[in-house]
Amino acid sequence: MSIAVINYGAGNLPNVVRALRHVDADLTVTDDPAVVLSATAVVLPGVGATADTMRSLEALGLAAVLPQVVAMGRPFLGICVGMQVLLRASEEFGPHPCLGIVGGTVRRLPDSAGKIPQIGWNQVRYAPPFASHPLFAGIPDGSDFYFVHSYYCDVDDPTIVAGRTEYGLVFPSVIIRDHLAAVQFHPEKSGRCGLQLLRNFATLAGSRSRVSASPGAVSREER
Amino acid sequence: MLTRRIIPCLDVKAGRVVKGVSFVNHRDAGDPVALAAAYDAAGADELVFYDITASSDERAIMVEVVERAAAQVFIPLTVGGGLRTVEDMYRMLRAGADKVSINTAAVLNPQLIEDGAKRFGSQCIVLSVDARRVNAPGEPPRWAVFTHTGANPRPTGLDAIEWIRRGVELGAGEICINSMDADGQKTGYDLELLRAVSAAVPVPVIASGGAGTPEHMYQGIAEGHADAVLAASIFHFGEYTIADVKRYLGERGIPVREVAP
Repeated sequence: MSIAVINYGAGNLPNVVRALRHVDADLTVTDDPAVVLSATAVVLPGVGATADTMRSLEALGLAAVLPQVVAMGRPFLGICVGMQVLLRASEEFGPHPCLGIVGGTVRRLPDSAGKIPQIGWNQVRYAPPFASHPLFAGIPDGSDFYFVHSYYCDVDDPTIVAGRTEYGLVFPSVIIRDHLAAVQFHPEKSGRCGLQLLRNFATLAGSRSRVSASPGAVSREER
Repeated sequence: MLTRRIIPCLDVKAGRVVKGVSFVNHRDAGDPVALAAAYDAAGADELVFYDITASSDERAIMVEVVERAAAQVFIPLTVGGGLRTVEDMYRMLRAGADKVSINTAAVLNPQLIEDGAKRFGSQCIVLSVDARRVNAPGEPPRWAVFTHTGANPRPTGLDAIEWIRRGVELGAGEICINSMDADGQKTGYDLELLRAVSAAVPVPVIASGGAGTPEHMYQGIAEGHADAVLAASIFHFGEYTIADVKRYLGERGIPVREVAP
């Protein structure tokens, strides 16, 4: 039961893979649409710009496949730009279409936020209907996660916003819709909370090889 | 609310931490990976490995150190020291560093900043600057950039504020500003320098050089407007823990990431 971690050249791919391995996730790193289609779950990492990411996904034949795996109900986790490209469109470097899996537009953080990009640790507040979601098991509400981004997901449907963060405005930092999840922060760089989120995803995906600790328990070595 | 970051810096030579670290009774207090894990557990928000290695053989050891650290420590890791080319940067990023810090090589070849930012993104490129006050007493403050700091620092003829502005235009995503006057003195950061840098550029500024107490770190943030504070000996010798600093800052209204007990 293997998670396909999509390799399209994203800078954080190796660290996402390291973090998933650390939580005993079974994974395959791939750029092959056929492998992605047959995987039990998918992780889409990302760093950089939505336009570059879309170009890479299109060139590899993955842009057509990702909406299919989401429609089939496979557990899916988008990270940072891997979250942003799920939306219908992005305003970064001129408006352009993205995958259109989630309604909404990727917009620049307001200048009133202060320094852009936002770089550092910021709190994620759960939307009440998601406070007990298994993706958040063992992670207290208001925990800090590590962000590096200049754009955010302005999502059309507020009922899929599972976590929110404030930086100049309150923006969706986690979205969850059925088996689709996406996070604006970098769980692979967010210490024990980030590892716990990845562990929770791998557990939801049924893709952990050695379930040594109960989900929700954070062992000392992982802090 | 975005928190202010506390960043311990480890000097590494040939794969070993120099200026030993005594804050933890670890079996191997010279192993940078063990120390990185200990600082992660202690609540550090980010880590810097600064490679003071001279030879290229020893630099290859640093790549292994970064690989081992990245497999165990899941907070942002910056690697600096001796990176001269985009290929040098790539080796460290591929090994698991999240950012690379460049200093002398950028002064000698400013294009390196732009090339690195274009290839890896500005968020990966930290411009580190060593600056010393050069104005005469009574004159408005002015700082000059030096390279090869240590026994024989070399003046570059560059004005620190102008150089930092240029670095950001070329694509540096963060600035680490080290006051050579304050470094090692434990009398606090050069707050005037920090304020001048923070006002000059829109990117995050990391204060370095001079911290001896949590109060100095508070001043660097509250009065120097730094986004992050970097320190070495204050933590390494166990004078203060990261939790001590965060408690001090938190009590004074500075947002910090909570350290899990």
